[in-house]
Formats: sequence, structure tokens, C-alpha cells
Amino acid sequence: MSAAPDIRARAATSEDVLVEVKGLKKHFPVTQGLFVQRVIGQVKAVDGVSFTIRRGETLGLVGESGCGKTTTGRCILQLERPTAGEIVFDGVNLEKLSEKELSPLRRKIQVIFQDPYSSLNPRMKVGEIIGEPMKVHGVQPDPGKRQQRVAELLSVCGLNPKFADRYPHEMSGGQRQRVGIARALSLDPEFIICDEAVSALDVSIQAQVINLLEDLREQFGLTYLFIAHDLSVVHHLCNRVAVMYLGKVVELAESDELFDNPLHPYTQALLSAVPIPDPTIEKTRAHQTLQGEVPSPMKPPSGCVFHPRCPMAVESCKAGIPELIEKRPGHWVACTEVS
Amino acid sequence: MSTPEIAVDSAELVPPKRSLAEQLWSLCRRQPLGAAGGLVVVAMIAMAVFANVISPYDPEANSFEHMLSPPGADFWLGTDQFGRDIMTRIIYGARTALFVGFTAAVVGATAGLVLGVASAYFGGKFDLFFQRVMDVFMAFPLIIMALAVVAILGPGTQNVIIAITLPFIPQCARVVRSSALSIREIPYVDAARALGYGHARIILRHMAPNVVAPYLIMLTSFVGQAILLEASLSYLGLGVQEPTPAWGLMLQGGAEEYAESAPWVPVFPGLAITLAVFGFNLFGDALRDLLDPKLRSR
Repeated sequence: MSAAPDIRARAATSEDVLVEVKGLKKHFPVTQGLFVQRVIGQVKAVDGVSFTIRRGETLGLVGESGCGKTTTGRCILQLERPTAGEIVFDGVNLEKLSEKELSPLRRKIQVIFQDPYSSLNPRMKVGEIIGEPMKVHGVQPDPGKRQQRVAELLSVCGLNPKFADRYPHEMSGGQRQRVGIARALSLDPEFIICDEAVSALDVSIQAQVINLLEDLREQFGLTYLFIAHDLSVVHHLCNRVAVMYLGKVVELAESDELFDNPLHPYTQALLSAVPIPDPTIEKTRAHQTLQGEVPSPMKPPSGCVFHPRCPMAVESCKAGIPELIEKRPGHWVACTEVS
Repeated sequence: MSTPEIAVDSAELVPPKRSLAEQLWSLCRRQPLGAAGGLVVVAMIAMAVFANVISPYDPEANSFEHMLSPPGADFWLGTDQFGRDIMTRIIYGARTALFVGFTAAVVGATAGLVLGVASAYFGGKFDLFFQRVMDVFMAFPLIIMALAVVAILGPGTQNVIIAITLPFIPQCARVVRSSALSIREIPYVDAARALGYGHARIILRHMAPNVVAPYLIMLTSFVGQAILLEASLSYLGLGVQEPTPAWGLMLQGGAEEYAESAPWVPVFPGLAITLAVFGFNLFGDALRDLLDPKLRSR
């Protein structure tokens, strides 16, 4: 895993890189024992992930449940301190900062959570939820102006400014998610992590929130890391997409390139699972169903983590860990069998 | 939750407001015992607040003409060995009981709330260490702990409050901590951290208000316990000192010598203590049922 990120890093610096994740690892210890806790293993939630996000770009991060995409997001947000690796934001290595030094930088990195019901404090009014960050960071110390700004943010997010006096439980899921977005915008961030931001919403509301996210990207020049498992949403919204499997990035490419021309066998299986909204094509299409279960991240398979389920696996896959290599311009694949 | 997106006028969504009297009435019907407890609580507070208006005599004035008179027209509940009217002293005693009870319960429960939430929020080694310290405190029975504190600080109302408050803190901290542990995993706490809020703000503004239900339940049960503890300490001569009217003190003065010859001296303060503690406990139970969404019928 050492050579590939370096080459990529060099290639990327020529462009305007906002976020750079280098060799990120997050292992959670598993302990056993009633009195004396022994560490009996490590859950390797994220195991050597590297990618860059350019300014103004939307990077999609996809993969099935438990593949480490949310943990990656939490590490970038510094909600979890990584086991190893670096996260460089706008030239600053976040891993070297203390909690105090981190505080001003937190303004620039914000998050929108999956569940609009639990991501808002039920005891606070919407106006307080959106206004509080500005108060804490001293962006808008004057209460009157802050209220004005809250109203502004609400209407930017497609909500009636009167909603400032409501409690979250008086609103629908879609409305709450808009409040979550308004809160994320309140500090004028540069980078927003959307952690399954639309997965918990109805399909019709999903579309509205996606449009809102797109509008905001234009309006405020935002950069997104869009974590999702809904591939059609990712295809629509993202410039580039990274596919994760069991804590590793297996493929990374421009969105259209990845969807038209997936190279990694896992990506191919993943894309074949997306239904096509045309019954005649859907009926005749050959589905590539993966056999077996996702292995435990506590005991990942040797070599390529995908080899037990891979239709293309050969003997050598059990031994060597494939590196993420640029097989085509801008198209990175971690598979030795792909040429 | 099926309302269409964007700006529905707020009026339709808010349930129709019922008047306070209507709400109170429906509450009484659902929780008759709790309402009875609430009545005792309210009556006690009224007694304490208006003691000087409603009580017929001076609580501290001795009268040698009326020593140990039995209950009658002049002295409804009789007089004690110094000729002081027992009803007056019970009414004034409510002041002492409530002052000690509320102060100890509020301070103890609030300190426990903050410490319990902080312990859950920081977690790890801090949590482990803090919980073991709490274990040490909880290893002592409530009354022994309070006795030890009074023995160190000496008797007197203020010290009694401290003595009663201290053993409450770990009790509340433990209960609150377990609720706060589940709150910590909820995304709005993550959101607060991602927004760069300080620890104090997250603990006090974001976590503490969401563990208010166990806190309130602990608080009401603490008031009852504190009244009982204060009476016990006063009874043992370690609490409130004469001539301040306090129920435990009255019980002590009466129980030893006059249990047979003048039973009204110990019986009425004893009844007052029983009723007050019972009332607060009923009220606390009803509150727990009301605040527990699983038991709430809507």
C-alpha cells in the first residue's frame, strides 16, 4: 500500500487538493474478560485507505454495510482518532493537532447525518440548533443578526423561516434533514461530509434533498464527500467515486468511467445489482450475484480481501495484497487480474 | 410525518391546546395516587410558605400553664412538655423539612446529573475511575454516611444539608450515567462535536437536558428521602437544634418520655413525617410513569 498513494499524491498536488487521506487505518480493539480485559483481536474497520478530494469536487464513497465508509467519514471529521495514517485538510495535517487547535478547523469541515430524527437535539428549537454554532465560534455574536442569518439559512434550505420557533419533533423527516443541512452551512464550511444523507428519506424527498445539495454546491462552492450505498444517487451527484470493500478502496475513477466501465470484479457485481428501470431489459439482463458472506473485518482473508467471493480469483490472490494502481488514466483499481 | 415538504403553515401541525385546568383534570384521572401525592406536596408547600399566617401560636414561645395539654379546642393537636402548640410547630416544621429536603435534593441530584453525564461523555479511564469512587461512596448506608459527615462538621441546619446532599450525588450520578451512555451514541452529540463545541457545552446543553426524566424522578424521591433523613438526624440529636421546630426533633422530645402519658406529643410529628414522605414518593412514582413514554397512553 505504499507506492500507489505516493504517486497519486504527486499527481494530485498539481490540482487544487482540499482533502487528502493517506494510508488511513482505524482498528477497534475487541476485548474479552470480566476483570482483566484482554485484547483478543482488532476490527479493521478501515485498513489503509488513501484518496484525495479536489476543491469543488464531489467524491462518492460506496460499498456495502460495514465496509468502513462511515468510519472513514468519522475519521476525517476527527470524531474518531485514526489508528494510523494522515488526513490533510487544506495543507494542514489534522492528526498532529490537539483538540483545541482543531476547533477553528472544525468550522470548515461539516457533516450531514443519515438519520434526520436523531441528528437534531430534541430539546432545542430549530433556530437555536442553527444559531448555536455561530454563537460558539463568535461568527455572529449579535443575537438579532444571528436570527436574521438563521432565517436566511432556513430559506436557502427551502424551509419557511418561521420554522425557527419549532421543535424538531414538529417536523417531517425531510424538513428535519433540511435543518441538518442548514446547521452544517451555518459556519460557511468548505467541505461537507454527507454520511448517507438521503438514505433515510422517502424517494420523492430524496430527490428534493439531492437537488438542494447540488444547488448549495453551486451557490457556496462546496466540496462534498458523499457516503452512500445507493449507486444511482452517487452516479447522479458525484464527479468521482471510490468503491470500498472490507476497509479498503478497491476501485476509484471518474463517475461515468466507473459506471460505464467497472474494472474491479466487486464493482462489477455491485453495479449489476442496480435495477434498470426498464422491465424488458431488466428481465433479460444477467445478474452477477456474489457467493458467500462478507468476511469478518476481525479476520480478513489473506491477500486480496475479496478473493473468497471473487469470480476471477486465482491462486496468487490468496498471497499478495493488490495495490491500488492506475490501470487507465484516472482509473485506479486494486486487482492483479485486471489489465 | 407524512406532511408534504416545505413550508406547511404551522397552525395545522400543532395539536390543539387544552386549558391548564383540563390538562390537570385528565392527569388526576389517569394518576389518582400521584394526584393525591401531589396534593400532599402542594399542601406542605403552602403550609411552609404561609406558616406565620395560618399557625395559631408562636412556635418557640414556652407556656408553663399549658404544659402537655391534650388535644382540645384551644390546642387542636395538644402541647408539648414546654407548653408549645404542636400544630404550630408541625406547620413551622414543614418549613425546615422542605428547606432541607429541597436544598439537599436539588443540589445532590444536580451535582449527580452533571457528574454522571460528564462521566458518560468522557468515558474510558476517567469513567472507570469516577465510577469506582462512586462505588466507595455508595458502599456506606445513607444514614451512616450522613452521620459521619455530621460527626465531622458538627450539627446545625447547614451541615445537615451537606450531610444529606453528599450521599445523594453518587446515587443520581449512577442512574444518570446509564441514560447518558446511550445519549452519547446519538448523532446530535456527534454533530455537536463536529461543530467544535466545548466539552462543557456538550455536557450541559446537549446531553444533560436529554436525561431530564431520570433526573426528575431521582429529584422527587430524594426530597422524600431527605425529609426522612433530616428527621432521623434530628431525632439522633445530630440534626437541626432546639428550639427550631423540626419534626424529627419533636418526635425525639416526645418519644422518650411521653409515649404513654402524652401520646399526642410523638404521634402527630410522626404522622407528619410519614405523610410527607409518602406524598413525595407517590408524586415521584406518578412522575416516572408520566415521563416514561412506554407507559404513557396518548
